[in-house]
Amino acid sequence: MAVHTANAPAAESAAKKESKLAGLAKFRELGLLAFILLLAIGVQIRNPSFLTIENVMDMATNTAILSILAVGMMLVLVTRGIDLSIGATLALSGMLVAQIVSASAGFSPLLAVITGIGIGTVCGLVIGGLVAWLGVLPIIATLAMMNIYRGFTYMASDGKWISSYQMPESFVGIATSSVLGINTLILIALFIYIAAYYFIGHTRTGRQIYAVGSNPESAKVTGINEKKILILVYTLMGGLSGLCGVLWVSKFASAQGDTASGYELSVIAACILGGVSIAGGSGKLSGVILGAVLIGILNNALPMMDVSPFWQKGIEGTIILGAVLLNAAVKRGVERNHLLRRRI
Amino acid sequence: MKKYWTLILSLVLVFSILSACSQGSPGGNASNESGGDSEGESGGSKRYAFIFKNTGNPYGEKMMQGFEEAVNELDGEAILRAPDQPTAEGQIQIIEQLITQKVDSIVIAANDPDALQPALTKAMDAGIEVISVDSAVNTDSRVTHVNQADPEAIGRIQIEAISEMVGGKGQIAVLSATSQATNQNLWIEYMQKELEKPEYKDLELVKVAYGDDLRDKSVSETEALLKTYPDLKGIIAPTTVGIAAAGKVLTDKGLGGKVALTGLGLPSEMASYIESGVSPWMYLWNPIDVGYAAGHTAAALVNGDMEGKTGDTFEAGRLGQKEVVEDGEGTQVMLGEPFKFDKENIGEWKDVY
Repeated sequence: MAVHTANAPAAESAAKKESKLAGLAKFRELGLLAFILLLAIGVQIRNPSFLTIENVMDMATNTAILSILAVGMMLVLVTRGIDLSIGATLALSGMLVAQIVSASAGFSPLLAVITGIGIGTVCGLVIGGLVAWLGVLPIIATLAMMNIYRGFTYMASDGKWISSYQMPESFVGIATSSVLGINTLILIALFIYIAAYYFIGHTRTGRQIYAVGSNPESAKVTGINEKKILILVYTLMGGLSGLCGVLWVSKFASAQGDTASGYELSVIAACILGGVSIAGGSGKLSGVILGAVLIGILNNALPMMDVSPFWQKGIEGTIILGAVLLNAAVKRGVERNHLLRRRI
Repeated sequence: MKKYWTLILSLVLVFSILSACSQGSPGGNASNESGGDSEGESGGSKRYAFIFKNTGNPYGEKMMQGFEEAVNELDGEAILRAPDQPTAEGQIQIIEQLITQKVDSIVIAANDPDALQPALTKAMDAGIEVISVDSAVNTDSRVTHVNQADPEAIGRIQIEAISEMVGGKGQIAVLSATSQATNQNLWIEYMQKELEKPEYKDLELVKVAYGDDLRDKSVSETEALLKTYPDLKGIIAPTTVGIAAAGKVLTDKGLGGKVALTGLGLPSEMASYIESGVSPWMYLWNPIDVGYAAGHTAAALVNGDMEGKTGDTFEAGRLGQKEVVEDGEGTQVMLGEPFKFDKENIGEWKDVY
């Protein structure tokens, strides 16, 4: 406190000089960013091939699906909900689309992507309906639907896998093609970020999502249709999971019944790492992307650091815990500064 | 009105909880399950149960198909079961049910070598012949074990293959399933033993990586191998998900022909990579034959044709005569060397399994 008051006049006098620094200090996910940079430097020292263009591209490609899902999960978490069914929705959409393309080789990749999004959207709509209209707790509704969708996937596939020889080149090409040297998966993820950035920050509906999450009662009083918003976020989440199902199957050229089993936990971890509050109401796109990047780096770096497989899980957990603690500390500091500024 | 909503809500909750709970319970993958009323003892036809690791596994389904074929040849009744998740707990529940049903024999592909001991001992005490197949249980919990192939042969043949592919010289790596997988660890042990021979002195095993049988992790591990060891000449992946993921990475990076790939994998998963030459050839036993042999072994024990002791022999249908051999403190029946899949024969096998 004392330090701050002493600094305040100085800061005012040199406002122009420090504006950039002040802007940085306002960035709540600073701690996470710093952590990622430190981690990257540490890994680079142990394995010089970590920060090569090829590896960074591989890492981005491998993280694209996770980060797309994390964007949707953020919206769900912001409304005080949670979605455990995304791994199952992803598997179902991936399996059904894989069956379609293996049956008719002429099926266009674009149409396959749209079909996948459609399947996911329907899955999400059902969950949205359960949560919004029937008032089922999101964790219960999505836990139940997770099992149901996973069951559908096994039923549809009859326990069989769809292998790469059954998939046409054009379909596998969705995930292996590139534009200007950048993999399509990365481009799709970037497109999703931009669309989400605009939707969350610059549309009325986008702002309403945050209003519903931070204070449902006042949101209702101001005339926001809470049910509509809830259905919307779960449907969006479903649509994104459906999209990711197609991308997943195309990337790995194989569809299994147990595809992405447990993947929802990685996605939720990325969101929490990125500073999204489980209690709802707060969460930033930049934070979520950083969170996904950290998980992506861990998945890529731990195998490259040549640590014993017995230690890998433990190290991963410790790093996540460290990142959360550091981020929370920095965030608290930044928020205190915000409050102080408001008092002045 | 409010009352109805409460009622509907609580119903939905109950159903969702029920369906959530069903995850852990043993699943009904029973195509030939009997009602349990007919007590088999007196009724002529013998009842042979088969418990696989989990449902929805195409490899397991083929094994069960072979088992059923053998049992049908012998006019027995096949009971095919598997838990939803690959856990020992799920299998224990199924074993308990089968003891109550008084089956004549239980063949099990175990999810854990030791955790099933109490349940399986109880079954043997009840006069049920217990045989493990594919993944063994410890020697105290079984009469004998049906080994899909000699682990020594599997280790040896894969080193022979990779040595031939890379010209007997250079760095190689192994991409396995989980670090806890009994099968894979044993094969890797034999691979390392084989590598000590003088003819492989120029082959260097640089790393054993674990992809956990997950697509994304196996891909990351393969990419890490390629980057950490730029001079890597060959990869051995003794697991289906691992070898297919490695095949995909090598294809995408255009490394086919530069880094050789072999191992154990499902022909359907590997067809594209064998046809394109990324993996010149790979191995796997025939799961139908494994299940078939297990069926005949069970029947030989139940009918008293043998006791599962070292040196015993029995007729295993179309597989001919098989001999029980020593396996540590217990015994086992071996199927022989794994089957080689290459460009020539992959076309006819990719549709089978």
